[in-house]
Amino acid sequence: MSARRIFARPARLAAIAPYLWMVLFFLVPFGFVLKISLSQTAIAQPPYTPVFDFTEGRAALAAAFAQLSFDNFHLLISDNLYILSYLRSLVVAVTSTLILLLIGYPIAYGMARLPQRWQAVAMMLVIVPFWTSFLIRIYAWINILQHDGLLNQMLLALHIVSAPVVWLSTDSAMYLGIVYSYLPFMILPLYATLSKLDASLLEAAGDLGASPRQAFWLVTFPLSLPGVGAGALLCFIPIVGEFVIPDLLAGSSSLMIGQTLWLEFFTNKDWPVASAAAVALLLLLVPPLVLYDRLQRRQLEAGR
Amino acid sequence: MARTVTTLTRFNMTSLALGLAFLYLPIVILVIYSFNASRLVTVWGGWSLRWYHEFFNDRAMLEAAWMSLSVGAVSATLATLLGTLAAVGLARGERFRGRALFSGMLYSPLVMPEVISGLSLLLLFVALNAERGFWTVTIAHTTLTMCFVTVVVQSRLTALDRSLEEAAMDLGCDPVRAFLLVTLPLIVPAIVAGWMLAFTLSLDDVVIASFTTGPGSATLPIRIYSEVRLGVKPEINAICTLVIALIAVIIVIASFASKLSSARGESAAPL
Repeated sequence: MSARRIFARPARLAAIAPYLWMVLFFLVPFGFVLKISLSQTAIAQPPYTPVFDFTEGRAALAAAFAQLSFDNFHLLISDNLYILSYLRSLVVAVTSTLILLLIGYPIAYGMARLPQRWQAVAMMLVIVPFWTSFLIRIYAWINILQHDGLLNQMLLALHIVSAPVVWLSTDSAMYLGIVYSYLPFMILPLYATLSKLDASLLEAAGDLGASPRQAFWLVTFPLSLPGVGAGALLCFIPIVGEFVIPDLLAGSSSLMIGQTLWLEFFTNKDWPVASAAAVALLLLLVPPLVLYDRLQRRQLEAGR
Repeated sequence: MARTVTTLTRFNMTSLALGLAFLYLPIVILVIYSFNASRLVTVWGGWSLRWYHEFFNDRAMLEAAWMSLSVGAVSATLATLLGTLAAVGLARGERFRGRALFSGMLYSPLVMPEVISGLSLLLLFVALNAERGFWTVTIAHTTLTMCFVTVVVQSRLTALDRSLEEAAMDLGCDPVRAFLLVTLPLIVPAIVAGWMLAFTLSLDDVVIASFTTGPGSATLPIRIYSEVRLGVKPEINAICTLVIALIAVIIVIASFASKLSSARGESAAPL
């Protein structure tokens, strides 16, 4: 038996504890979400009537199945509020991902072209905000965007506007916040693919008569598509379920699905409807999640 | 001719500079205004430590800060332990049954919307009849952050030259000793960076903590969040600056660790 295979057995044993942990605290909880999304709302603590009670044997289980309730899902499709917030989440996530791509690509491209020594510094500078508290960074923007904040003061001083502009509680503020928070997630995978690009390919394209612009669109961009995909997924998936940014920066006239879920849970105390919203959100995210998982696995387990 | 294609253009430089300014300017402004003497957030009233003083006399805020620091330390430690074990299993365990499920469970929390993770964990805790507070938040944060630790340590392990541990075993070490004597010292920097990342993520989280905490045990982000909803307050600027300073120290340590790691091997972990 090779050393590699002898090593594999204790390595697998090492995985048992984290495996069990993730099953208990990641997988099993989804079962509860599903279960409660199918139960009736009740005014009680906790505020739902449980569907399954495994302690009472099979007869009770059969009876429970008979009264499984799809009311919460029915509510989700019949009430405009939910459909609208569902759609809004999608629109916001798609729009933000596109903006992020438009802004992130030139930055990542610039980074990849820096001299080697400076690339490490630029990389560090992009990563640092990722470590800095995300709530604090949103708060920093509230400081700037508020009615008598720096932005309005500046615009007034430069006579660009004659009266303070309302920035907070608008969609533009929300998009700004989202782009600001997720920019590192877009730049890093883009930079990772762009920096690995073989420069001789571009030289070859140049030698064959391509202008720099042609070389970019015919060589660089197609080769960077894996990075584009990774960055887009890394941003799109969490943005769909985003709560804090729209809650703090956007107006309250239209909600994203994450806000609806929060509202149902904390304000209306309607856990079954909140759970149904979570299930609906999760269903929407399954295809991008599977794609992302595949990408991540390929990247982390390359060279095996 | 080729030179024009590969060198840095003015456009590249401008986009880079603007991008970095966009990332940093708001934070710099926040830090400067935390030293503002004026109560009005937008009027500059000279330098002062007034709002720091206010924070250190705010009992509720201090309690929340303490809660956050202890949740962060305990959950980061648990997460580092579990995440490292998971990374070893994934990077060295070859094929095993349930591997795809295992990596799926570890990678998807990295992007999973927090409202879903928070709600699902809360429902589990309610079903288990667990009292909500310090431990429920700690468990929730451990679950989220161990996935980040796994990614950091796993990428270090896959970059590592496996012939080293194989040589140790050829020389008579059993696998466990080979791991402890050869592999572990080489991945310590990644483990340190993983702990730091887990700690900062825990210190940052509002959503999952809001779902899983109980009455009377708010974390610092929960308190900041509820204050921020009511508007900008200078005291919050001061608290945020303190958190940023703490994170800056952590980043310095983590980057020092990863520099050590890249000095010893080829590529450092991406985070």
